[in-house]
Amino acid sequence: MSSPAGADSKIAFPRLVPERAQVESEASAEAMGGRGIEFDAGWIDRVRVNLSAVERRVSTLPKRRTVKKAWQAAWLLKAVSLMDLTTLSADDTPGRVLRLCAKARAPVRSDLLSALGWGERALTTAAVCVYHDMVPAARAALAGTDIAVAAVSAGFPAGLSPFELRLEEIRRSVAAGASEIDVVISRRHVLLSDWCALYAEIRAFREACGPVPMKTILGTGQLGSIGKVAKASLVALMAGSDFIKTSTGMEPVNATLPVSLVMMRMIREFAERTGQQAGFKPAGGISSAKTALTYLLLVKEELGDEWLRPERFRFGASRLLGDIERQLEHQVTGRYSAAHRHPLG
Amino acid sequence: MSSVPEIFDTLSYGPAPEDASAVRQWLAAHPEGFSLYIGGQWRASREQAARIPCLNPANGEVLSSLTQSSAEDVDAAVKSAQAAFPAWSKSGYERARVLYALGRLIQKHSRFFAVLESLDNGKPIRETRDLDIPLAARHFTYHAGWAQLVGRELADHEPLGVIGQIIPWNFPLLMLAWKVAPALAAGNCVVLKPAEDTSLTALFFASLCADAAVPPGVVNILTGDGKVGELIVAHPGIAKIAFTGSTEVGKLIRRSTAGTGKSLTLELGGKSPFVVFEDADLDAAVEGLVDAIWFNQGQVCCAGSRLIVEESVLASLVHKIKTRLAHVRIGDPLDKAIDMGALITPAHRTRVQGFVEQAQAEGATLWQPDIALPREGAFYPPTLLTDVSPANIVWREEVFGPVLAATSFRTLQEAVELANNTRYGLAATLYTESINRALELAVKLKAGVVWINTTNQLDAACGFGGIRESGFGREGGLEGMLDYLRERDAWLPAPQADAARREKHGERPSGATPLARSGRMLAETLAAESPMAEPAGGIDRTFKNFIGGKQSRPDGGLSRPVQDARGELAGWVAQGNRKDIRDAVEAAFRAERWADATAHLRSQILFYIAENLALRREEFIGKLRRLSGSKGAQARAEVDAAIERLFAYGGWADKYDGLIHTPPVRNIALAVPEPIGVVGVICPDEAPLLAFVSLLAPVIAMGNRCVMVPSERMPLPALDLCQVLETSDVPAGVVNIVTGDREELSATLAMHDQVDCLWYFGSKDGSKRVEEWAAAAVKRTWVNHGRSRDWLSVRHGEGRTFLRQATQIKNIWLPYGDFA
Repeated sequence: MSSPAGADSKIAFPRLVPERAQVESEASAEAMGGRGIEFDAGWIDRVRVNLSAVERRVSTLPKRRTVKKAWQAAWLLKAVSLMDLTTLSADDTPGRVLRLCAKARAPVRSDLLSALGWGERALTTAAVCVYHDMVPAARAALAGTDIAVAAVSAGFPAGLSPFELRLEEIRRSVAAGASEIDVVISRRHVLLSDWCALYAEIRAFREACGPVPMKTILGTGQLGSIGKVAKASLVALMAGSDFIKTSTGMEPVNATLPVSLVMMRMIREFAERTGQQAGFKPAGGISSAKTALTYLLLVKEELGDEWLRPERFRFGASRLLGDIERQLEHQVTGRYSAAHRHPLG
Repeated sequence: MSSVPEIFDTLSYGPAPEDASAVRQWLAAHPEGFSLYIGGQWRASREQAARIPCLNPANGEVLSSLTQSSAEDVDAAVKSAQAAFPAWSKSGYERARVLYALGRLIQKHSRFFAVLESLDNGKPIRETRDLDIPLAARHFTYHAGWAQLVGRELADHEPLGVIGQIIPWNFPLLMLAWKVAPALAAGNCVVLKPAEDTSLTALFFASLCADAAVPPGVVNILTGDGKVGELIVAHPGIAKIAFTGSTEVGKLIRRSTAGTGKSLTLELGGKSPFVVFEDADLDAAVEGLVDAIWFNQGQVCCAGSRLIVEESVLASLVHKIKTRLAHVRIGDPLDKAIDMGALITPAHRTRVQGFVEQAQAEGATLWQPDIALPREGAFYPPTLLTDVSPANIVWREEVFGPVLAATSFRTLQEAVELANNTRYGLAATLYTESINRALELAVKLKAGVVWINTTNQLDAACGFGGIRESGFGREGGLEGMLDYLRERDAWLPAPQADAARREKHGERPSGATPLARSGRMLAETLAAESPMAEPAGGIDRTFKNFIGGKQSRPDGGLSRPVQDARGELAGWVAQGNRKDIRDAVEAAFRAERWADATAHLRSQILFYIAENLALRREEFIGKLRRLSGSKGAQARAEVDAAIERLFAYGGWADKYDGLIHTPPVRNIALAVPEPIGVVGVICPDEAPLLAFVSLLAPVIAMGNRCVMVPSERMPLPALDLCQVLETSDVPAGVVNIVTGDREELSATLAMHDQVDCLWYFGSKDGSKRVEEWAAAAVKRTWVNHGRSRDWLSVRHGEGRTFLRQATQIKNIWLPYGDFA
């Protein structure tokens, strides 16, 4: 018989992208700060996602894996360190942002950290995430830390302002000192399957970001089908996104496990074929420690340990930290904790 | 113990042990081990045989011990079941309450069951907790509903009596539930023998029966090894054997029960294909494989163990499989974060290893992930074999371990050929995002269950069971219930009792119905005066076999005389032999397009046969009178009934629809009645035309091709029918007729592996022999055990019983959804 497995042993990665495209993409990736490849319509056409199978994986995984005791505490602390502590409200003020940044610098009570044997290491969230006008306040409040300031941009949350203004908003935020930019895509490009237009848009955003890492928000709750989520993810990766992010937090449905799994798998496939490891950020609706652990399990099992660091994974959350703090206190004292026992963010 | 900062840096997994203390206490409370559950009592065996140790496969620890049941114990259990049967079988609501209570009790003790099962079997607590135990409870609650409804919805059926049930070790409590719940729901009583390696959950279940108010004797549980199984199978008080286990033992049971009249359902081994197209969600397919072959350590009869991948994505899929397997965790089955536990015994582990070594020796390439394996216990890593040729041992034989064999295909047709190139036919899995491909393949795969973009889905509402050497019968759904029931008054006690029976039941011959009579008043008037015999001096008729649409001379060149009712020579017919049967089966096999013909077309052809037979009605009546010596009215009734019967199956051809089951997942589960394939039919001597037509018509109406052996004594009406068939657009090979010695021809048909099913209407001894012969290939049979049917009556002569025997149910699972 023919020897398919022999073929397998010769190549490291599945050979679905023609050699020529691979070379081209490497060249263009260099031009774009090491991110992204040429638009590849054939790859997009070949994307297939089975929703029932995806749902089965995400519903069974939390039953296959669990972490207890010291492991649970350590994993929850990891979740804290991967958090983009977020305030995206029309009534944000510098004072509100200052308080949030204080929480980002000291997200967990020091007595709890001591009791957990944490030692002298710093534990902070990965970033705070704010609107453009709050960037200076956040920068000032986080001076001297490694905590990033992420600015939502490009007409967040709807992305329907004039294209030039969206690009200009990105440039302004970068100039104001934002160390990460979270952009939103034009959902209509996805709904109309105009992948080329989507690619061009995201690539323009990416260029506007310059050296600053860009997270691309897909607004998955508005894309209509799981297959479109996958294809939009792939286009965003081709266009050079450093992260792909589920949602603005403003859609009726935000981060879900099925959507997250599909996005993670596109990141994995993209990394396998191009060598470029992009990050993933689920945002909106993740409010319990248990859910956060499930996300970490999913990342560990589907993407691998190397994705479990701030450069590759973030939680976009505003309420999650409160629940994690309570669970950590329970870990220490054996008593169920109350919200008012932990400093407000 | 790792520190929090260390774990923070590595994000490793820690231990997550399940608490086993309650189960340990229960085991400790039985320091002498366990006795037998007979007649609602715990009883020691009447004999003092050596006790059977219960071992934990993960570490060899002795958990407890079991009693080896004796012949006397089996007899006591059967007798107590027989005693309980009359009252139990008459109840309905009471049975429903008991079954509901059993389901609820399993739920109430779900964690206890889960831990006990994991300890006893070695499978991960995650599986027992999330699958075995909830599904076992589901089977009882689902069948509680059937207990309530069966008397109303299946009123023309009755329970069988005492059911002997023998179950395997791979899903101990779940298999108990699959067997016990439908049997009890139908009104039967059971004597169940769990596998000797895994009896503890069955014994705990027995201890709950009193709480559920199961009447004494309705459920009996006997422990012991295969000898106890043999005693149950052989016991004359048993009405049916339901067996799940190896094909080898299934064949022994078929032989042992042959001729006894015991019903039999066999759920045996498999070598199920897992087909992946290039347009599949490959990540979904990989998770499917984890559920297919690395679930329960691969010790699953329906495990998708043969991976058949479109060549364009083979490398990609293999890469994904390897990546995925590197994440598999093997270890303490009671750890909640473990994917794979231990194989059932160290001996089985050695057997699996032997298969893998031989596969490599035969050219396969081995790959196993570099993952930690416990030092002790019967653990075996997930294994991928590539470069596996169709002749490789792991492609042909059931390994019953975590071993996947992979090959590639180029076209859908090649995928079908590879998938169906097996003597088994239990389950099949396919992954594609094309609905056209999916449904085409679902129809073409030879299996009792087909999963599309999912695998190993099991539910009480859906039928489960195989074809070919994977056995026959279904468990779950309506089809499963019917296998625990029988038609009331389905047979006459002895041949030639037709008329007496009709008088007793006040039935009129079906030929006398207005439909059959319409449009032939003139012919009837003429027939009344027609002579009894054909006019003398005609041209000599030659009756040959009818094979592949042609009249063909018998291979042996011999003819045999047929006498008429007066003992005079009525004609010479072919003396068919082995080779004629071989040719007929070959012709039938080649006519496979009949199975794909539309039901409408089959219907039209049956009507057309009826039309053409009606044209020759007088001739057939005359011949029947001469041959059987029957009165004119009787011959007329038989011919008219035959015509009407063809009309009936013309009607049935496109109306014997399947079901859509409703399992508790987002899914369409189609229960499709499919043709069995090539069916051999040995016709009885009574009603030589009508019985022949009554057996032929349902077989071809459902899309089977057949080899008919007409009445040995009076084959001429069937041979005359050849000309009717030839003029009725019946495609060549769909109907083949071979005359000759009934026993000789039935032996050849029963032992011909290309014959998928055999109907035998002959003697009691002949029935026994047919069942014995059929055992070698686990061929489905339908035999009369020397009894007969009243062919003239509609109730006895046609309908759903015949259609059921002419079809096999395929359950197709089709999950759907895209809106994220």
